[in-house]
Amino acid sequence: MPVPILKQRDYLIASIQAALSDEDLRKLRQALVAQVGEFRSRGVIVDVTALDVMDSFAARTLRDLAHMSRLRGAETVIVGIQPEVAFAMVQLGLTLQGVTAALDLEEGLTYLNRKTRQRKRAK
Amino acid sequence: MRDEARDLAEETVVPIKVDSDIVTARQQGRALASLVGFSATDATLIATAISELARNIVLYATRGEIALTAVENGGRPGVIVVARDKGPGIPDLRRATAGGYSTSGGLGLGLAGVRRLMDEFEIVSEVGTGTTVTARKWKQ
Repeated sequence: MPVPILKQRDYLIASIQAALSDEDLRKLRQALVAQVGEFRSRGVIVDVTALDVMDSFAARTLRDLAHMSRLRGAETVIVGIQPEVAFAMVQLGLTLQGVTAALDLEEGLTYLNRKTRQRKRAK
Repeated sequence: MRDEARDLAEETVVPIKVDSDIVTARQQGRALASLVGFSATDATLIATAISELARNIVLYATRGEIALTAVENGGRPGVIVVARDKGPGIPDLRRATAGGYSTSGGLGLGLAGVRRLMDEFEIVSEVGTGTTVTARKWKQ
């Protein structure tokens, strides 16, 4: 099931709607990294609210996506990790190190706005 | 609830061959866990363990199956997850079930993680014959 990617100003927002297979996750990573260049995006938000399980493969793919996007000049925020999913992730030892997470879409946007403002000021 | 659990004493077998089967297996596992009365959190732990076990089959053995059974032990409901494959087997079991070991570019947490997610964990593996992992979780 493909994940719809919404372009909003300088950001790309991907909302996962249902359980994803490994192939769906790989395609999402590829599409986002490509679109960061295509739309000159400064931020990527991946909303995982509807994701049933975050196992080692999903966590690794999202971590890689965040690192790849950063190399292309965009910050990534993972939003909507549910409490039970967070619990399972910690038990599995998946900490998503080096990846920013926020409670929900609103918090994710606030984070990106702050980050991109800082960057503009630094110029 | 009881009767449903007893009805489900038969194994549900999900064949594992391609990566979409991983999703099917963990969804069936979650449904079974909820049916026997596990909380949403425990059902997610079980579904996550199934996801890891099913992925190991796709990655290392190409095909196998996940068998799910609802059980009861002295009035306490539980779920048994058995992951079977006829793959190459695991040469160094101790290393494979310790954290940090992986030959597939994963995070190397697979089996050690499954052990933490479930209450009981057994693994039998023979090189050239295959691997069977049995994991159980009991309702708190």
